[in-house]
Amino acid sequence: MVCESWKTKLDTYLDGELPDEEMRSFDAHVRGCPSCSADALTRVQMKRAIQVAGKRYAPSAEFRQRMQQKLAPKPQRSFGLGWMFVAAAGVILVVGTLTSAYLGTRFGRDQVFSEIADLHVAVLASSSPVDVISTDRHTVKPWFQGKIPFAFNLPELQNSEFTLLGGRMTYLDQTPGAHLIYDVGKHHISVFVFQERSFKLPASLSENSNSPRNLPFNMETWSQGGLRYFVIGDASAADIDSLAKLFKAAA
Amino acid sequence: MHVGENLPLESFEQLAMPHFERLYNFACWLTHDRQEAEDLVQETYAKALKGFSSFQPGTNFRAWIYKILRNAFLTSRTGLKAAATVPLDLEDEEEALPAVNETPESILLRRSDGQLVQQALEQLPVAYREVLLLCEVEEMSYQEISTTLAIPMGTVMSRLSRARKSLGESLRLQFQKG
Repeated sequence: MVCESWKTKLDTYLDGELPDEEMRSFDAHVRGCPSCSADALTRVQMKRAIQVAGKRYAPSAEFRQRMQQKLAPKPQRSFGLGWMFVAAAGVILVVGTLTSAYLGTRFGRDQVFSEIADLHVAVLASSSPVDVISTDRHTVKPWFQGKIPFAFNLPELQNSEFTLLGGRMTYLDQTPGAHLIYDVGKHHISVFVFQERSFKLPASLSENSNSPRNLPFNMETWSQGGLRYFVIGDASAADIDSLAKLFKAAA
Repeated sequence: MHVGENLPLESFEQLAMPHFERLYNFACWLTHDRQEAEDLVQETYAKALKGFSSFQPGTNFRAWIYKILRNAFLTSRTGLKAAATVPLDLEDEEEALPAVNETPESILLRRSDGQLVQQALEQLPVAYREVLLLCEVEEMSYQEISTTLAIPMGTVMSRLSRARKSLGESLRLQFQKG
């Protein structure tokens, strides 16, 4: 039978593995041949059935998390990177220490801001600024699962000037939270997320706030969906505001 | 500049994690045991990470990591046992055979009984099961399968053909029983 020669190659045709010219001839033949088209239909059904049946097993969330923790690289400082952090830390730590000494005499809102500023500075001074290093929010977000008692969303950064560097756990007023670090230009920005109810914020923080004038950083904070966000860094106020807006939109 | 720049570990994580679910699924199909599959995936990632410096950027990472998983499986106890039950006609692969045009199969498939297909897949010898899964589920090209399984392209084609035929026969038997 004429069709036998076609049928020996039917699977290869359906797998899309014939040379272009042969694929075109095959298309034409199958369209005009009831026997081959019926055969092709059966095999396509079989391919689909295997495809569906073959996607049978999914890893548990626990296993996924375990693997992600194993794969999340421990920070390995390159010389250049270390130098950058040490230099940045040297400058910022002095400013930060002076700032926190000054702010330590103040109460309420400024005290919280000063603690947030201290956390920001302390991390930049650290040799391990982040515990999960990834520019992918889909890697960073799940890393926090099981470590902090709440979930939050990270914004999509495509077409923005921000780059996600990674994240780490942090504590404010003895309550756990998420600390994320972003880059914009040569500036580092920290984003902190805590449960709003988990610590007593001064009344002045009950509304959205911007940083006090005496802080050497720009800062923005707001409450959304039961979470308290702080965005702080030495980047421009406009950049801080842009990143805050991205978080607000993602929440 | 960002923290992870030039860190091979970060590149590894970015390249490897997107394959995690699929690798686990493939490992389950090979081992038939979820715990063994977890161990196999962990071993695969550990070996891949260790040998990551030998991976050439721009080449096929998926084929590379699947190959590591398969090799790890073949050297495992389950893998050695599975390899010992190679079908007699497996190496007689000079010619690609056409799959049989079976109406019972198409009737079964039209019934959309996924469980029957799963059972038939499970009963296939591992050499047939893996090639079929790589082609149909992972949608790998023949070239990728050839790299992953370290067999020539012609063998990929003939083994696929035999795997399909064998699966069809298994379905037909189930149809006759039912």
